[in-house]
Amino acid sequence: MSLLIEVSYFLAALLFIFGLKRMSSPKNARQGIVWAGVGMLIATLATFFYPGLHNYSIMMVAIVSGSIIAWWTGRRVAMTDMPQMIALYNGMGGGAAAAIAALELTRLTKLNNAPTSLEELTQAVSDAALNGVEGITIGVLALAVFGAIIGTVAFSGSLVAFLKLQGIMKGVIRFKGLQAVNAAVFISTIAIGVYLCTQVEVAAGGVITQADFNLTWVAVFFAIALVFGVLMTVPIGGADMPVVISLFNALTGLAVGVEGYVLGNAAMMIAGVVVGSAGTLLTQLMAKAMNRPIANVLFSNFGSGGASQS
Amino acid sequence: MIEGLVALYIFSLAAFTGYEVISKVPVILHTPLMSGSNFVHGIVLVGAMVTMGHAQGALELTIGFVGVFLAAGNAVGGYVVTDRMLEMFKSSKKENS
Repeated sequence: MSLLIEVSYFLAALLFIFGLKRMSSPKNARQGIVWAGVGMLIATLATFFYPGLHNYSIMMVAIVSGSIIAWWTGRRVAMTDMPQMIALYNGMGGGAAAAIAALELTRLTKLNNAPTSLEELTQAVSDAALNGVEGITIGVLALAVFGAIIGTVAFSGSLVAFLKLQGIMKGVIRFKGLQAVNAAVFISTIAIGVYLCTQVEVAAGGVITQADFNLTWVAVFFAIALVFGVLMTVPIGGADMPVVISLFNALTGLAVGVEGYVLGNAAMMIAGVVVGSAGTLLTQLMAKAMNRPIANVLFSNFGSGGASQS
Repeated sequence: MIEGLVALYIFSLAAFTGYEVISKVPVILHTPLMSGSNFVHGIVLVGAMVTMGHAQGALELTIGFVGVFLAAGNAVGGYVVTDRMLEMFKSSKKENS
């Protein structure tokens, strides 16, 4: 990575922190978002000069279409509908973090065939280097899987929050034993994640030389994480949603930070974890302002007919 | 690649920074700040671009496309919404004073 890109990422990380600091005092809150915006612009422009990238034309289509849709929806939405728009955009961020992890895991399945000769082994290692990660280590895989779970849960959970606040999904869905179902789904998500991490052959230095899982396992892993995000959010009532959205915001931040480590990108690590911790504190403050502990918001409605709704 | 212990330093200091930045924030700024931090994790766009730039084959390209699309939406949408919210905040402040 060239020095210019490194410096741009560093500047972006500084501007994000500076911008957030500005945003947290009423006097100059407006400048804060502008500073952070400048940081984002610098980082994005610098990434176009990242060495060894391909698919520029399709990438531009993705950036332009995503930007236009978000800009248009963000501009025309009514002020009162802001919380669900935050939920929607936050879900998109979580989905993006999950997509990064999904791509890394998909790449790993290419190492499915055991390298039988030295040439194949060197080929596998050079392939990994070509993919921008100099040999995925077991630690990187574990963190990628961890980030994938958080990002996916934030994605589907935020979308449910959006649908509920938008009034598309009406009412609060609860049934007896929902808490047990949720726990089971959560444990299966973790279990498949751990399974993926154990199904690899590791060479010296923790570098993965062979992956014994295939695409089906990766797909099942993401599907179950998606289901957990939905199940977790479905029983929560509309009044509690801002707190839940803030929680998903913190989770997305953490997922971005973790995937930043997977990609060796310090700007993502710093910005992601800053949002992760700031978002966690913000979630606590919001819950406190509503006079409700977070555990109450998240779990009180599960299974037992929501006394908290009254 | 960033070494394990250095990564731990970065994570810890970033977590501390995030906590400090938010610690004394008035209640009226909760939602704009949530939106602002939502914009900041739009930096995932950078990572999505890099991963998509290395994608090979239709499946990887599709996942990469979805990632970049979603990340761009996060960044742009987060900015627009935060800006509108803080704009309203500023004008209502003027009326009060």
